[in-house]
Amino acid sequence: MSKVLAIAQFTLLEALRTRLLWLALAALGSLALASLFVQQLAIAESARVQTGFLAATVRLAVVFVLCLHVASSMAREFNDKGIELLLSLDLPRPGYFFGKLLGFGGAALLVAGMATVALAWLAPNPGLALWGASLACELLLVVALTLFCALTFAQIMPAVSFVAAFYLLARSIGAIRLISGSELLPQQEWTQRTLGWLVDGLSLLLPDLGRFTSTAWLVDGSDGLPAIAFVAAQTAIYGTLIVLAGLFDLYRKNL
Amino acid sequence: MSAVPRGVLWTLTGALVLQIAFAALQPPPRADAQALPPLPSTPVLRAASLGDPLPFAQMLTLYLQAFDNQPGISIPFLQLDYARVEQWLGRILELDPTGQYPLLLAAQVYAQVPDERKQRQMLELVHARFMDDPNRRWPWLAHAVIMARHRLNDPPLALRYAQALRTHATGPEVPGWARQMEIFLREDLGEYQAAKVLLGGVLASGTVTDPHEMAFLVRRLEQLEAAEKSSAASKK
Repeated sequence: MSKVLAIAQFTLLEALRTRLLWLALAALGSLALASLFVQQLAIAESARVQTGFLAATVRLAVVFVLCLHVASSMAREFNDKGIELLLSLDLPRPGYFFGKLLGFGGAALLVAGMATVALAWLAPNPGLALWGASLACELLLVVALTLFCALTFAQIMPAVSFVAAFYLLARSIGAIRLISGSELLPQQEWTQRTLGWLVDGLSLLLPDLGRFTSTAWLVDGSDGLPAIAFVAAQTAIYGTLIVLAGLFDLYRKNL
Repeated sequence: MSAVPRGVLWTLTGALVLQIAFAALQPPPRADAQALPPLPSTPVLRAASLGDPLPFAQMLTLYLQAFDNQPGISIPFLQLDYARVEQWLGRILELDPTGQYPLLLAAQVYAQVPDERKQRQMLELVHARFMDDPNRRWPWLAHAVIMARHRLNDPPLALRYAQALRTHATGPEVPGWARQMEIFLREDLGEYQAAKVLLGGVLASGTVTDPHEMAFLVRRLEQLEAAEKSSAASKK
């Protein structure tokens, strides 16, 4: 256990030393300035528009920054043969994986906290706490998925591309299902039916991130307990799935 | 593969089954008719489209389309805020001025609700947008002529639209019969016959080439025919 914690500690330390938090802070500051510009453009509901813009862009920015951080950190670990060194020690493979996950997870929680504080001056309401908690869960899933992809692909480019595609699809799968199920489309055509089944099947395999970190919680109030209960359950289930897939791949890997 | 402990394999399978069951237990996504949000101004939308407004406009159209016709909403169009629908359709047309999809939705979908005020609102939108580009958008105003005459039973309005067609849609690509829609009105054809003439003319003119759009328009015609037949049978 102490080895796992030591790996987690050094992973978190690496995040601090590579100025991850400063980068996140710079992104938050730039987006806050951009939101002021957007607020000036709005002719009605300017505060609402500003909050909506800042919340949506901050979420995307922190997902992007964390994904890149995890992928580049793991790529460096591969290039420096750090992973081989660690696994040659008396450390089981799951220990390495969980140590890394804990460290990256800690960095994700710090970044989620910073993003929530950045929104506090615009939306000081109970929905903010829910939004922040949901963002933390979303970032934990992104971090776990990026770690899995980085271990599997061992390169930044394919890992980040996969995570980006996965994230965009998981965020929009609800809307895609709505569009593909429209009654305006000729449902009797086999292509439409096949497409519908394909989309429905895909939605079973993806986390429904469209129900995570909704900007509406900040501007209109949240659904409260049911919303956070769904987010927590989905994070637990999908997080477990990703961790197990990562362990499966790590065991399988011939290092 | 043999290096993977059985416990990990089984738990992974279990987690996958759990995820599928969890996702299957969730209620299907449902469009909330009252949740259609207002759109920002066209310049902001242009900025949001990252310099490529056409696909952005198309995505907005599909998104708008998904706000009705969803299982679980019994009278979807009536629940929609038509002022907002009008705003969406207008903005989409501004982003993609050559696109015909928003006007098809206005004339053939949103104008079909059993609410005269909303029907008029959509027909007025079609008329107003027709004036921006008459030679391209004439089919939708021609449809509005028939709607005004047979659904709204408002011959003066139908005549006003028919006159707009005659005076503004003067390009060589507009067939002569479209400019003479007033004749339909004077001959007082039934709605199905008038729509049949209109659709036949539209297809013959080559204005509609997309197979999906053709299929949609033919389905609408079949619905009209079925409605007219059942109405005639009930009169007997």
